[in-house]
Amino acid sequence: MEFEPVIGLEIHVELSTASKMFCGCRVAFGGEPNTRCCPVCMAHPGALPVANRKAIEFLAKIGLALDCAVPGHSIFHRKNYFYPDLPKGYQISQYDQPFAVEGHLDIIVDDEPHRVGIERVHMEEDTAKNIHAGESGRIAGALYSLIDFNRSGTPLVEIVTRPEIHSPQAARIFLNKLKNLLKYLDVSDCNMEEGSLRCDANVSVRPAGSSELGVKTELKNMNSFKHLEKGLTKEIQRQVELLQAGERVVQQTVHFDFATGEVTPMRSKEFAHDYRYFPEPDLVPLEAGSDFVESVRAAMPELPGARARRYVDDLGLPEYNAEVLTSSRELSDYFEESLKHFDDAKLVSNWLMGELLGYLNATGGELASCQVTPESLGNLLAMLGSGQVSNAVGKEVFAEMCQTGKAAGEIVEARGLTQISDEAQLAGIAEKIIAANPAQVEQFRGGKQQVLGFFVGQVMKETKGRANPKVVNQVLRQKLAE
Amino acid sequence: MAAKENLLRLSAVEALELMRAGDLTAAALTDAYLEQIDRRDHEVGAYLRVTAEAARLEAAAHDAAAERAPLAGLPTAVKDVLCTQGVTTTCASKMLEHYNPIYTATCVKQMTRAGMVSLGKTNMDEFAMGSSTENSAFGPTRNPWDLERVPGGSSGGSAAAVAAGEAIWALGSDTGGSIRQPAAFCGVVGLKPTYGSVSRYGLVAFASSFDQVGPITRTVRDAALMLKFLVGKDPLDSTSVDHPEEIVMPEDRDLSGVRIGVVNELVGEGIDAGVLSVFNDAVSRIAAAGAEVGEASLPNAEYALPAYYILAPAEASANLARFDGVRYGLRADSGGGVTEMYEETRQKGFGDEVKRRIMLGTYALSSGYYEAYYGQAQKVRTLIVRDFAAAFEKFDLLVSPTAPTTAFRLGEKLGDPLTMYKSDICTIPVNLAGLPGISIPAGMSGGMPVGLQIVGRAFSENRLLQAAHSAESVIGFDLVSPLIEERD
Repeated sequence: MEFEPVIGLEIHVELSTASKMFCGCRVAFGGEPNTRCCPVCMAHPGALPVANRKAIEFLAKIGLALDCAVPGHSIFHRKNYFYPDLPKGYQISQYDQPFAVEGHLDIIVDDEPHRVGIERVHMEEDTAKNIHAGESGRIAGALYSLIDFNRSGTPLVEIVTRPEIHSPQAARIFLNKLKNLLKYLDVSDCNMEEGSLRCDANVSVRPAGSSELGVKTELKNMNSFKHLEKGLTKEIQRQVELLQAGERVVQQTVHFDFATGEVTPMRSKEFAHDYRYFPEPDLVPLEAGSDFVESVRAAMPELPGARARRYVDDLGLPEYNAEVLTSSRELSDYFEESLKHFDDAKLVSNWLMGELLGYLNATGGELASCQVTPESLGNLLAMLGSGQVSNAVGKEVFAEMCQTGKAAGEIVEARGLTQISDEAQLAGIAEKIIAANPAQVEQFRGGKQQVLGFFVGQVMKETKGRANPKVVNQVLRQKLAE
Repeated sequence: MAAKENLLRLSAVEALELMRAGDLTAAALTDAYLEQIDRRDHEVGAYLRVTAEAARLEAAAHDAAAERAPLAGLPTAVKDVLCTQGVTTTCASKMLEHYNPIYTATCVKQMTRAGMVSLGKTNMDEFAMGSSTENSAFGPTRNPWDLERVPGGSSGGSAAAVAAGEAIWALGSDTGGSIRQPAAFCGVVGLKPTYGSVSRYGLVAFASSFDQVGPITRTVRDAALMLKFLVGKDPLDSTSVDHPEEIVMPEDRDLSGVRIGVVNELVGEGIDAGVLSVFNDAVSRIAAAGAEVGEASLPNAEYALPAYYILAPAEASANLARFDGVRYGLRADSGGGVTEMYEETRQKGFGDEVKRRIMLGTYALSSGYYEAYYGQAQKVRTLIVRDFAAAFEKFDLLVSPTAPTTAFRLGEKLGDPLTMYKSDICTIPVNLAGLPGISIPAGMSGGMPVGLQIVGRAFSENRLLQAAHSAESVIGFDLVSPLIEERD
């Protein structure tokens, strides 16, 4: 029997606000443990939360970017459970009145457009970090555990999709697109390794063509895009094998171990929580009235879809280029910055997608740490455009720029790579080569036009690629005709 | 010593006048109170911790200061539910027996800035849960009028301190009557302000949507004076607001034109005959002073107690979850895992009443029961808010006895939680609606004080205090506990 996976994602995004969700402690990753905490985020007796306005603004941005409805009145709830990383014994979260609901995000899977519904977007706070001493690194079997409260109370937005994703690959594409969107909104670092973007998945399988949902499991602990895809693949495979063997899938939490790449179901008792949600009495309702939402909407940055359309309509780029360039905020920002220094959008886009991405792919580098700045790329392309350097030399110069971070002009200067367009100089070289290769001259004069390429190559070799090909062609034809 | 020279009889307002006139020093006043604590607190048990040395230093500093702070030198008792940096704050619980807060509650800071001299931290029912101060892990407080009786609770230590001449006034907190009921039992004044008027930051939470800090004093004017320095929006408490009116001192005037409703449901069944008789007498005096007295009704008042005992424990079950032995306070750990550590810590750290309420609240919030309990109780709360709103269309203020009985004997109700809970039937509706309520002494019944409760509209403290001050004058209660009287 064929099975169809049904996947819903729960994504947690740590916001990059200056301060924590309910107190004034600074938000940052890592650092000396327990140096960014206070009575509020360590839940000392009598301490009270006060909601961070900026975080609500970021939350609204996310809701609007995902085309959600923002009801305007929403409240916080307490989610009660005991765990050492949860100082209050409850997490301030949202329950039946989330901030934003009913949105969607469109993705392309196997060249087909696919819409994934967003059920809800809500605000909560992150926990502290438990560090378990011992081999397992997990609480079970730990010698002792330490707690770092630096992360406690970091603003956390939870985004829940509808179960409308049907392959591990689609899940990865979705998460990637979401991450890109969040980057455009400038609300989070979205660093999966550091945990500022986290993704859990509800997974079930059903006979292909069925519209009923199977029993789902909750897959946790995937801390990279690769692990998400791998974990989902493993879990789907595990469920399919169970069903094919005539067994049942049990509703439980499944842990993905990224060291082994295996998925391990946890005992159902471990997650049999009754969270006893009830309205948080320490916080007044979030009356994010239409004025607030409209002001956030008005201040929204240009999102990738709009940016791609602008590239096609205003800059005349092919749809494919526009799509690739806007698929990452960094790349798109890089592109726009480069245009300020050289305004041939087509050429810039070709170089970015060809040379720059090629280089990054080959070296596994990141755009952010790339030595070539948009300005220096723009300057190189300007030299190219004005004929100062040839295309071939340009590529060579670019390679060196990537290595050394030096400016194009400096490299060209130091290596004497300016293009030679001087007819007389090239004519001299052409004559020498013609004189040295009588056999080829004979062939050419006998009507073998392709042999011209040989001569061009020789001139290029002689000039170390600096000769202007147009002029070389012209001069060679002239000389060979003589 | 003649009565008028007995410093322990002074109201805060009188003491301030004497100090301003140069006829009394803060040091002398503080010494008088510390001496009374020395003499009597081993019997009364009002204090869990007396900070005598710090108090003397503060008093001396006030005497030496070029400019007097507005409340300079007033010897104040602080309920041990308020966090005080550097001074152990226990909430009368083993859980926090050695807990030393790293910050000070906003209201304590404000009072300190205004010049109060803190004498120490007062006893209470553990985590403010109780009506007799018998639920303290460190022993009960006794009523200064009769040491065999309870002072009420949960702010029993604060009320007893004021009544015993062990503080000129005190800070208390009120979740279901915890300021007003002990004030009534101890023959002093207790005010619970409108929810939101006083910051809760640093008040160890029992039930967040009910808790409010307020004054326990000898006179209504003292209550007004302290309130003036307690109110105000605190950026650290998002449920706090700026009081719409500046708190002013009540003036000497009659009650003409004031419409006062006697709450029908709180003057019948369940109220002691002796208490009722004192109450009725007080109401006649109020009427004689010009007030228009009529019958008011809170039809849903009978559901207030059950609703409160769902909602308050529900909030408490979450508020007290932080006492888990991980970061501060007691940790009982006999070497098991983290779950065992939680269980042992909470088993040893909490007393029976606290455990009872955590269980009640946890149950009421449990999946499958939420609607039947918490949801239903919230609806009752809304109905009670509406009942008050309707009553306030006809009346400016509502009155009832503060408590159905006078102070009962120690141990009398300990074995019967429900009877104990009923001690708050008159005060709880006020907390459900978040309104301001005051208890003033109305007279004596069987040798023990009886309190009159007056309730106003939200944020009508000025009007409430004015009427209470007028009522206080016409009632003319001028008795003090034997512990003060003996110092005359």
